[in-house]
Amino acid sequence: MTAATLKIGDPLASHENARYALLTMSRIRRLEEAVEDLFGRGMMHGTMHLSIGQEATATGVCMALRLEDQITSTHRGHGHCVAKGADLTSMIAELLGKENGYCHGRGGSMHIADVATGNLGANGIVGGGIPIAIGAALASKMMKKGTVAVSFFGDGAMNEGAFHEAANLAAIWKLPVVLVCENNGYGMSSSTHLAFAIKTLAERGLGYGIPGITVDGNDVAAVYAATQSAVDRARAGDGPTIVECVTYRWKGHSRSDKNLYRTKEEIDEWKKKDPILFFEHVVREKNLMNDEEIAAVHAEATSQVIHAVNEAMKGVPADPAGLLAAVFKTADSVEVSA
Amino acid sequence: MTDRMLTMSEALREAMAIAMEERPEVFILGEDIGIYGGAFGVTGDLYHRFGSERVRDTPISELGIVGAAVGAALSGMRPIVEIQFSDFTAQAMDQIVNQAAKIHFMVGGGLHVPLVLRAAAGSGTGAAAQHSQSLEGWFANVPGLKVVIPSSPYEAKGLLLASIDDPNPVIFMEHKLLYKVAGREEVPEGAYRIPLGVSRVLREGKDLTVVATGIMVSRAMAAADLLEKEGVLLTIIDPRTISPLDMNPVYASLEKTGRLMVVQEAPEHGGFLNEVIAKVVTGPSLGSLIAPVARLAGMNIPIPYAPQLEKAAVPQVEDIVKKAREIVADWR
Repeated sequence: MTAATLKIGDPLASHENARYALLTMSRIRRLEEAVEDLFGRGMMHGTMHLSIGQEATATGVCMALRLEDQITSTHRGHGHCVAKGADLTSMIAELLGKENGYCHGRGGSMHIADVATGNLGANGIVGGGIPIAIGAALASKMMKKGTVAVSFFGDGAMNEGAFHEAANLAAIWKLPVVLVCENNGYGMSSSTHLAFAIKTLAERGLGYGIPGITVDGNDVAAVYAATQSAVDRARAGDGPTIVECVTYRWKGHSRSDKNLYRTKEEIDEWKKKDPILFFEHVVREKNLMNDEEIAAVHAEATSQVIHAVNEAMKGVPADPAGLLAAVFKTADSVEVSA
Repeated sequence: MTDRMLTMSEALREAMAIAMEERPEVFILGEDIGIYGGAFGVTGDLYHRFGSERVRDTPISELGIVGAAVGAALSGMRPIVEIQFSDFTAQAMDQIVNQAAKIHFMVGGGLHVPLVLRAAAGSGTGAAAQHSQSLEGWFANVPGLKVVIPSSPYEAKGLLLASIDDPNPVIFMEHKLLYKVAGREEVPEGAYRIPLGVSRVLREGKDLTVVATGIMVSRAMAAADLLEKEGVLLTIIDPRTISPLDMNPVYASLEKTGRLMVVQEAPEHGGFLNEVIAKVVTGPSLGSLIAPVARLAGMNIPIPYAPQLEKAAVPQVEDIVKKAREIVADWR
């Protein structure tokens, strides 16, 4: 699956689009289940931040983007990466610390970038990618590229100075950028109810002259529609929009999380709002896909992930010999720009 | 004096104008760099020559400015950020240290950040503790950043053009006392580049090797002039870039002089000069030394306000003269 399949459009516009949306969400879910499994078996080290339960957000946003549009992602970035078209084998190889990983083992889960699909990278710093997306949008505007930059960030990032400074620059310069807040209810353990004194996080745009919209982040079609109108505004030169996607992460923040700050009942309640099951329900209702087709999509996703894990395993461990030479780009190497 | 005896501000402005004429992707962003011409007048008339898109005034928003420059650099532009006082880089540290410095490495080489961050550094203007620091050592301790410290108008122009060409993030620390003064040599017209990572031997003398950076280079040169009259002859080496650092001229010089003094304005504790000393005593020059290594640095205090206090806080010409004279006299 490559980025050439991007810019699909409305998930409910056709059987093909519905199939793509379901396949993308399923690929994200299967990939992250595989990651959790590899971790549990001691084959992956470091840490991981799973986005299981949030697949509709990444998928809906990226279905409104063209190949050349850029994104910045977060520590919980596997879904964004997959939805923008990244190669699953290179992703898993990176998590396994292999030379054939996206970052040759130097970055791991929190630093995967994919130049070919306009992915400027996940980020280990909360809010770190937001100013970078603004800069990508500034470059697009100055170079008249016609591209849009999307910054994915969580609710927690909205209280970082980086969000505020970047939002203001985006607004005053009317930059082609979409600020996608994945509000999953918690910044690690701190609930949005404790961290914000506003009703919706989209309201944060008011102080900067940025319109905001809050959508059900577990409804891939709603996410797509909100993003598409924000992208249209951006491309028309009308500046930034905040799209707040209300969603939920089923798993803990990272491997250290004992879920002390939320109840099992709350988690179970959100599992009933599974974005994948919800979308299956909608496409059946609309006669876009039948049970057999749905099952086939999941089987395809599973087989892609199994294949990717097997291929990734064949990679050689990342080699320390190249580390010093990797710090700086040398002037005579091939210029790459996203 | 010819008309090419420029000040450092003029030399920097020429470099930026040349770079913007050469490459459409070069642009400048920062606070008050437009119609105001920059807090220290470095951008001057560039706003009128290149327009508000490419000489881009920003709100007071250092983190946002540097972050926007990182994103633009990742996307095909070559931004030059002006940070009004280098002290304000503290406001932008995440984007400098966690983002710009690391992106190329941690994503596996697919992206790079051709960004120059110019900042006004150093004491001597009575601006006190939050507007007078010499923070180059912070950045030299972060792999992925190049750190340049021009010591004269000639150096400033050639080093800035090379920094703009560099595909990596470069921290370019300009001492604010140097902005308005001409150097000892003419600044050539047109473009020339001084490669990053090549130290310069400014004068050769048999008695003592002095390694100095930034404004301490001109103070060391002035000290050498005075000492020459007493028959004490100094070699002065300006590393020009402290990251990467070219030590070879230092090693070569120590074979002749056997004595080393390192001079910086930044506080002594944890300062960059200690790295020069460490390289000497752990490297090929240890056997050349005939005297204990001397260091002259800023006091381990925040820069104070009153003129006599401020002067006392950092090495002056007379301090260099005194220390150099002592080493040469005591270790024959």
